[in-house]
Amino acid sequence: MLGLILTGFAASALAPVLYRRYRENFGWIAVTFPLYMFFSFLSRYPRIAAGEPVRESFPWVPALGINFSFLLDGLSLTFVLIITLVGAAVFLFAGAYMKGYEHAGRFFLYIGVFMTSMLGLVLSDNMLLLFVFWELTSVSSFLLIGFSHQKESSRKSALQALLVTGGGGLAMLAGMLLLGNVTGTYEISSFYDMNRVITAHAHYPAIVVLLLCGAFAKSAQFPFHFWLPNAMEAPTPVSAYLHSATMVKAGIYLIARLNHEIGGTPLWQDTVLVTGAATMLFTAMLAFRQTDLKKLLAYSTLAVLGTLVMLLGIGSKLAIKAFFIYLIAHSLYKGTLFLVAGILDHETGTRDVRKLGGLRRAMPVTAAAAALASFSMMGVIPLVGFIGKETVYKAILELEPWGLPLIAAAVLANAFVVMVTLLVGFRPFWGKLQKTPKQPHEAPLKMLAGPLLLAVLGLLFGLFPDFFISAMLEQSARSILSEVLSLKIVLWQGVNLVLVLSFVTLLLGGLLHALRSALLSRAAIPALPAMLKPSSWYDTALGGMLAFAAMQTRFLQNGYLRNYIIVMLLAAIGLASFVLYRAAGEVSFAPDLSITFYEAALGCIIIAATVLLVTSTSRLKSVVALGVLGFSIGIVFVIYGAPDVALTTFAIETLNVILFVLVLYRLPKFLRLSRSSNRLQDAVIASCVGVFMTVVVLFSTSFDLSSGLKEYFASASLPEGRGRNVVNVILVDFRALDTLGEITVLAVAAIGVLAMLKTGAGRRS
Amino acid sequence: MYSVILATASRYLLTLILMFSVFMLLRGHNEPGGGFVGGLVAAAAYALYCIANGIDAARAIFRFDPLRVVALGLLLALLSTVPSLVSGQPFMTGMWFDTGLALIGKVGTPLLFDFGVYFLVLGITLTIIFSLAGEDSRS
Repeated sequence: MLGLILTGFAASALAPVLYRRYRENFGWIAVTFPLYMFFSFLSRYPRIAAGEPVRESFPWVPALGINFSFLLDGLSLTFVLIITLVGAAVFLFAGAYMKGYEHAGRFFLYIGVFMTSMLGLVLSDNMLLLFVFWELTSVSSFLLIGFSHQKESSRKSALQALLVTGGGGLAMLAGMLLLGNVTGTYEISSFYDMNRVITAHAHYPAIVVLLLCGAFAKSAQFPFHFWLPNAMEAPTPVSAYLHSATMVKAGIYLIARLNHEIGGTPLWQDTVLVTGAATMLFTAMLAFRQTDLKKLLAYSTLAVLGTLVMLLGIGSKLAIKAFFIYLIAHSLYKGTLFLVAGILDHETGTRDVRKLGGLRRAMPVTAAAAALASFSMMGVIPLVGFIGKETVYKAILELEPWGLPLIAAAVLANAFVVMVTLLVGFRPFWGKLQKTPKQPHEAPLKMLAGPLLLAVLGLLFGLFPDFFISAMLEQSARSILSEVLSLKIVLWQGVNLVLVLSFVTLLLGGLLHALRSALLSRAAIPALPAMLKPSSWYDTALGGMLAFAAMQTRFLQNGYLRNYIIVMLLAAIGLASFVLYRAAGEVSFAPDLSITFYEAALGCIIIAATVLLVTSTSRLKSVVALGVLGFSIGIVFVIYGAPDVALTTFAIETLNVILFVLVLYRLPKFLRLSRSSNRLQDAVIASCVGVFMTVVVLFSTSFDLSSGLKEYFASASLPEGRGRNVVNVILVDFRALDTLGEITVLAVAAIGVLAMLKTGAGRRS
Repeated sequence: MYSVILATASRYLLTLILMFSVFMLLRGHNEPGGGFVGGLVAAAAYALYCIANGIDAARAIFRFDPLRVVALGLLLALLSTVPSLVSGQPFMTGMWFDTGLALIGKVGTPLLFDFGVYFLVLGITLTIIFSLAGEDSRS
């Protein structure tokens, strides 16, 4: 599986090159990629269906427990097949749809990376690997939403989606790390049986909250739902693929994957149940005011995502069955409808439902695909959506004691979904032909093949549910619940309460659709106050963060070198003094005061040079004094037997003087620009630093400094480092990694100097 | 200010100091010295030449873009880590090969690393000196 993932990334990288050459029929080339993946994984179907999961593991960072571990079981295979199948439809469609866009080659790179990462996500058996793929899907989603980056709304929506899902991802990472600490492993299948241990642990509530934050943000659950409708800024194939069929289901996948391991407690089940139910109801109602095809679909997607999460929260056998069927049904019909919306947009030039109508004669095939998918979405027999909705209702009715209010909410939410379906799937094609910006005509085969395929599959899955769904359902249930379901899936279950509820849903939906324009034209529904909208919380938080960043940049990065130095020195002194103060009791100052002639003479030279340096009004004199100071310190090193340090000091001091001289030419005549108060302040700070350093030196002499390192390096230098100069062996061998880091910093500093001199102040003067 | 004596002397001094810098680099393993000091000394040689003959002459005799020398140094330092990676030992383990040749003797990855440091320090110092001096000659 690692091979397939790597192939996926390689193939994505090739896409822009191939696109340039085969622009005309690129869809047919691109579609081979998801199809290849689809059949590669489909070939393992018999094994998985027989209940033998496939595991693979390659070490990556074994010391940290991060491995390329993949697990293909019923749950992951189902997701893989959805991802690749919908991917095939979308890639083929995009080949034709994206022609009008600039840099469409890049689009295929991004969406290829997305598909591969999404496959990696659902196949990962290692939590940290899963996190890597998780973030990769967020990043590729960011690039795809912002694909038309010249539009401000695109950029804003892309950033919003990235921040919300990425922020959730970070919370999830924290949860994963905590979970890893509790279980001692990051391999999901290794803690498959540790539910007791995990749920009893003190960190369990934190783990649940953090992981669910990530999952809810990714799957656009309340109150993170607002990014999904905004993500409709993306080109339509992206909306069809990422933002309805696959990526937004990653959070749901995570909840399902970990359900057996960390679920089963009231905290987990209730949180998931309530969040899902709230999302389902609220977002379905929000769809009422929308008029844009894609936004309508987005809100109905939110409602479905809420339903799926709610079903996981219920967590009964029947609920898992409903979850599974509904998941598949939704991917099939929503993919179709999004692509149909793309066709409508492409062929007529508008996505406004009020401007579309009567297109069935011009676009009969599109209308047929739309109708098939719409029937599935509304839950009409004999499509797979019907089975999905029936099972959902049955699972809710089973629930005690909240079954009744919940079923009411579900029926209401689904009625809104039916209304959306009527608006998107039927209204553009029936009734009177409306004038549209472009003359409508049927889309080419390239654009029709994908949605038709998905729509027909929806019908086949409905007619033969046992053949298509049962095996995977059994295996997935083993992953989610670790139980065998043994529930048969049948299309027709006879006349019962659930069927009645289905009828009620359809009727209510029809009623909503009929009353919609009347209600909306009277503007009877007041808009929510901004305070209550999660999207305005996001705006406030983002604005606040930017304002804070600007403020602290003005304060800390103010551009005055002297201020930086003052801050650094004072911070160092303050922090170190605190440590020294606490250790003061244990120290007895007993400096050795026997001073040799050399030391006394050097001390006098250093003091004299310092006084000259500070008081001189000639720059050249100051530089020379600085040089004297440096060389004197070099001599100190010589006296105390550190020839390497002394050598380096001499070389540095020499070059320093040269550098100063090069700069001195260019400066104007010496002027005192600072006020005496400033100079006084500098003097005080400088004295503090001096006193502080003296104290530190005195301190260090009164401690026992034999750490054993000196002896170790001295004795190991020749046998292990093959050199007699211990300092050099430490630099290039024992601590070579430090040196490597330092010289890298130096190289960056050189680039910085060059940039400053070539483009900065030097140019301006 | 052009001084004939300094300009003439600097030509010979350049060679001498450069040789000295390589000497410093190579002896560093056993005696005081090493890539860092060696690089600084070599840079000082060019700095002297620059002061004596002007920036354009110094650039001409150095021939390379100093920033490329920085890159070369970093590249050599990184290359020295490859043998340890390839042979599966801990990152940056020093590895020595006895060539058995007179004058050359043992060569090892730490030596390559020190060469990297040498070129990097030389490149950085010259980047700074040349750009400062270049700004100067323009104004």
